[in-house]
Amino acid sequence: MKILVCITNVPDTTARISFTDGDTKLNKAGVQYIIGPYDDYALARGVELKEQSGGMLTVLNVGPADSEPQIRKALAIGADDAIRVDAEPVDSFFVAEQIAHVARQNGYDLILMGRESIDFNSGIVHGLVGELLGIPSFSPVMKLDIEGGKARFAREIDGGKEYLEADLPLILGCQEPIAEWKIPNMRGIMTARTKPLQVVEPVPTEELTVLQKYELPPAKGACRMIPAEEAETLIRLLKTEAKVL
Amino acid sequence: MSVLVFLETDKGIIKKTSQEAIAYGAAVASATGGTVTALALGEGDASELAKAGRFGAAKVLHAADPRLNQENSLAYASALVQAVGATGSTVVILAKSGIGDAVAARAAARLKAAIVSGATELPDTAGGFSVKRSIYTGKAFATVEMKAPVKIIAIRKNAVDVQAEEGSAAVEVFNPVFGDNDFKATVTGSEKAGTQLSLTDADIIVSGGRGMKGPENWQPLIDLAQALGAATGCSKPVSDLDWRPHHEHIGQTGIKVAPNLYIACGISGAIQHLAGVNGSKCIVVINKDPEAPFFKAADYGIVGDVFDVLPRLTKAIKEG
Ligand SMILES: Cc1cc2nc3c(=O)[nH]c(=O)nc-3n(C[C@H](O)[C@H](O)[C@H](O)COP(=O)(O)OP(=O)(O)OC[C@H]3O[C@@H](n4cnc5c(N)ncnc54)[C@H](O)[C@@H]3O)c2cc1C
Ligand SMILES: Nc1ncnc2c1ncn2[C@@H]1O[C@H](COP(=O)(O)O)[C@@H](O)[C@H]1O
Repeated sequence: MKILVCITNVPDTTARISFTDGDTKLNKAGVQYIIGPYDDYALARGVELKEQSGGMLTVLNVGPADSEPQIRKALAIGADDAIRVDAEPVDSFFVAEQIAHVARQNGYDLILMGRESIDFNSGIVHGLVGELLGIPSFSPVMKLDIEGGKARFAREIDGGKEYLEADLPLILGCQEPIAEWKIPNMRGIMTARTKPLQVVEPVPTEELTVLQKYELPPAKGACRMIPAEEAETLIRLLKTEAKVL
Repeated sequence: MSVLVFLETDKGIIKKTSQEAIAYGAAVASATGGTVTALALGEGDASELAKAGRFGAAKVLHAADPRLNQENSLAYASALVQAVGATGSTVVILAKSGIGDAVAARAAARLKAAIVSGATELPDTAGGFSVKRSIYTGKAFATVEMKAPVKIIAIRKNAVDVQAEEGSAAVEVFNPVFGDNDFKATVTGSEKAGTQLSLTDADIIVSGGRGMKGPENWQPLIDLAQALGAATGCSKPVSDLDWRPHHEHIGQTGIKVAPNLYIACGISGAIQHLAGVNGSKCIVVINKDPEAPFFKAADYGIVGDVFDVLPRLTKAIKEG
């Protein structure tokens, strides 16, 4: 089985976000980067499936050279090789075209992604790639088993979950508790240094959206404290002042 | 611009998030000159669907093929693409959700449409067509120009104010054509929390953290939620410990919600939890620790014991 896991290189969840260049670029100074948390779940399950059934697991990132520490980390966790499409992602469609191009050339049985990236939070790259390749995509997937070319998986739906079965090839957007995050061990870190990381040029795509500017949310006003003995006052304020009841 | 709105229904009734999608579509149509058509898939009662008119839809296309009763992004996207063709729509609006994003994405790839997921405001249509969206899990916004002829927008809750008016949409039968490719997965089972109000649809959410001390202590929180007509949520450790079901888990790695009112009970307010609630209009925090970080993100705060405060709030609501 050939598995592709698509990972993002994103600011750590606790990072403070600010912008530069007239609010058109993320200020990367002092920002700690991580593998997207949902992508990390996809990677963890991908590695487990590969270990069960044999086969190859490739990680893919569309991003500049800054992403390489995260790609190496994925190799240390258990990916066999890696591809980096050397480009600053402009939008989801651009990313999807790059992933689809790599997938067409190499033919994967299973493509695992995160349910969403935590920089753009779109939750759409899996659907876009699915349509570009003409194969089904499902998200968010919280349980996955593969047996005899068939996937059995559970997907979160509004207020519950749904169990499904489908033939490979498939694209799945993953979330917990599909697997436990894996931490690279010493041997993994050593072998990761020599695993192949191929850098490829992006394919040209049409420009469908253009970023105009970034901005930060307005500062939050002070919290109005209500003494516990007067908890009932809260209900009145929610009605008359906040007007949410 | 003619606008098509993708409806999500629950037992044939238009979900609140989809009512917002219609209202959003109606605002776009009225700013740019055009009408709004809504698309309903699967079971649905014509008189319920006609209520789309109250939020600004002129017409509802209803495809009642029973195969559409199950959420299926492939078939739904096919139907949506065909409805875009049939109505000549250039703007498509959906509510942001798992299925909404999946349908939006697949339709966008087919139509070569510009797609934005997570819009928080109406688009600016003076001159071009740009829309503001939430990024970095609520920590920032991006304004994006949508250049392609067809534009698909998945909106976040509270992106627009809904004012229901008198009105009834004409419901027309719609018969999209499907191929084998549209039905490639078999649903083998499902688990759904019966009549519970869904978190993404709820206007009010009462949510509990580890400060609730154990699953057996949830009743005061549930009582408050019931008194308010609210949905219940929880922090990640609470669902990890199986005190509450996984689908109630809110935050960075769980569901992102944006209700009018979010009441956090015994939740510390870790940044990963805040990431799931920072779109809420009003946040109330009840925590016995005055230093809990959640107070910094709150509009109203009570420093106190949840087991004392919650019953008093419930009583105050019941007494009107
Ligand atoms: C990558 C990553 C992703 C994560 N994703 C999420 C996520 O999606 N959602 C999420 O919630 N967390 C997430 N977390 C975990 C998060 O960092 C916190 O650990 C978690 O939110 C804490 O949950 P809590 O507030 O319920 O518990 P605690 O931090 O233990 O807080 C309990 C609070 O209850 C208060 N309390 C105790 N007793 C009472 C009482 N009787 N009355 C009133 N108050 C009381 C305490 O003062 C305390 O503030 C994530 C963490 C990581 C690393
Ligand atoms: N630049 C990228 N490189 C590789 N994979 C990506 C990239 N952007 C998004 N993805 C994948 O697509 C998923 C959904 O992303 P998004 O649609 O941006 O929320 C992510 O969790 C990743 O698995």
